[in-house]
Amino acid sequence: MKRWSLARLRIRPRTVAIHAFAWGLGFLWLLPFLGVLMTAVRPVGEILHGWWVFDPFNPTAKNFVTAWTDPSTPMWRGIRNSFIVAIPSTAIPIFIASFAAYGFARFRFPIRDYLFLTIVLFMAVPQQMVAVPIFLRMIEAGLLDNFLGVILLHSSWAIPWILLFMRNFFQTLPVEVEEAARVDGASDLRIFLKIVLPMALPALAAVAVLQFMWVWNDFFFATVLLYSPQNLVATQLVPLLSVAGPYQRDQAVLSAASMIVMIVPVAIFALLQRYYIRGMIGWTIKG
Amino acid sequence: MRRARTGRARRPRSFYSTSVVRVLFFVPATVLLIILVVYPVLQTLALSFLGPGSGAFVGLDNYGNVLGSTETIDLRDTQFPLGTLIDNLLWIAIHLPMTLFTGLFLALTLQKVRGASIVKSMVFLGMVTPLIVGGIILRYLFDEKSGIVPQLFGALGVKSLAIQWTQYPSTLLFGLIFGSVWLWTGFSLIIYSAGLTTIPKDYFEAAQIDGASSWQMFRKITWPLLRPITLVVVTMTVLWELKIFDIVYAATNPNGGVGNAADVLALQMWRYAFRAGNYAEAAVVATLLTGLTLLVASFMFHRMVVGMRGGGKRPSLLARVLRIVRRRP
Repeated sequence: MKRWSLARLRIRPRTVAIHAFAWGLGFLWLLPFLGVLMTAVRPVGEILHGWWVFDPFNPTAKNFVTAWTDPSTPMWRGIRNSFIVAIPSTAIPIFIASFAAYGFARFRFPIRDYLFLTIVLFMAVPQQMVAVPIFLRMIEAGLLDNFLGVILLHSSWAIPWILLFMRNFFQTLPVEVEEAARVDGASDLRIFLKIVLPMALPALAAVAVLQFMWVWNDFFFATVLLYSPQNLVATQLVPLLSVAGPYQRDQAVLSAASMIVMIVPVAIFALLQRYYIRGMIGWTIKG
Repeated sequence: MRRARTGRARRPRSFYSTSVVRVLFFVPATVLLIILVVYPVLQTLALSFLGPGSGAFVGLDNYGNVLGSTETIDLRDTQFPLGTLIDNLLWIAIHLPMTLFTGLFLALTLQKVRGASIVKSMVFLGMVTPLIVGGIILRYLFDEKSGIVPQLFGALGVKSLAIQWTQYPSTLLFGLIFGSVWLWTGFSLIIYSAGLTTIPKDYFEAAQIDGASSWQMFRKITWPLLRPITLVVVTMTVLWELKIFDIVYAATNPNGGVGNAADVLALQMWRYAFRAGNYAEAAVVATLLTGLTLLVASFMFHRMVVGMRGGGKRPSLLARVLRIVRRRP
């Protein structure tokens, strides 16, 4: 009785074509990642003529182990260092910039808007514009090749965009709640910490996801400030693995290392996609 | 009368203590910004006017040296390398329209597709990937034997493209530019998708009743209403293209690959500063790069200023988009 047909489901050929096209394009976009994955899980000998040749196909975790435990530049240390840098570099600027952002959103003072716009303009400045003075000052401060130096730099660098994002968010909050609290005698600090920040948690999560990922993926600042093998972050190890050491030109190990570096941001994106996208949109679009 | 007086009497103390607290809100951010952002920026600017060895003021000499160098602009012939500045401009000229229209086209198509959010995530993966890994992936993608692109061209019988793209100056830069389209299209897709949801459905319904074709609806409704979104995508994309560093570094070498064909401004700056120790000319490259990014950002900046002056008449686009995003589980 139950006879399925396209006509019965009212699926038009045009709809099928659009779906095939869109999904096909999605898979096309995924293809290079699939290539890295396939290269990483196979012995290097099997992929000399392309990862899409599955004869022979002997999946192995050996490349991951090699990359993870490499004697000179092990990925475990890179990943550990990346976490050491990225976690404080996310928490510090969010805390600091939120205070200032609240001030810009609610307090009235002369030149407020001009000052705000000037700070926001620093969002467009490339990292190269501060590299040399930062490098020289960090030597003087004894913070070169030191995680604290990188953390401070990332924290400061993030302030303009977090400031913009959080100020825009605070402005969308209803001011009546804060005014009611003020009438009841609550101080600015109390209002901010007890009322405004809890309301801002979704926005703070969005900022945190975005900022963590940027710091994790950063290569330039790390290259300028960190140089000892034991201090290198994960992104620094990838190009290092590709040019030096006993595994030179070993695509399989390098692919495994790339996968290891990628896994953290990809996992965060998969788990916290909502916040990431919201952050991305809130950061860029404003009326 | 009485009330007014007590009000006045109490005011000074609370006013000053409030002001002090309010100033404290800004102190930590200001300190960090001044020490680690504003001051270094000004110092780089100053460095660009000082002699490399002497430290004496030399006016625009360093700028002359950098802009006159074939590393920056090399238009003696149409062969690669063309110089870092030209490479960055080429990147904008090719990458911007490709990534913008691919993203817009995908966003429009995915409106009618089931599982659109999964496809979006697949495309967006490139945005999440560390660019240094992106560069490595591009290197593999264009590998003669194990790369899918040359193999595909080989299978199609296009011998001239069935080569190791990264080893020939004529294909290197284009390979990286096309590859960066793959990495960055997720951005315009996500932003346009969010923008499309802000257009009221009844506009299209009304147009449909009037017998408008889909192309007419796109030309007369979607595209004009998406203009502010397009401005954002263009600005952010051009900024990204100007700041290109990791991809080239990872896919080639610190010299911008074979024959310096894919050299870009950010890489040139890094090389001058941290390979050659020439801080003055590195500062010049950095300042030129910053000038370009500020020029691009000023368009959006201008909109923000106008928006602030107009202040609060209608909900901002951000507010509208956030409202829609929040509604989704």
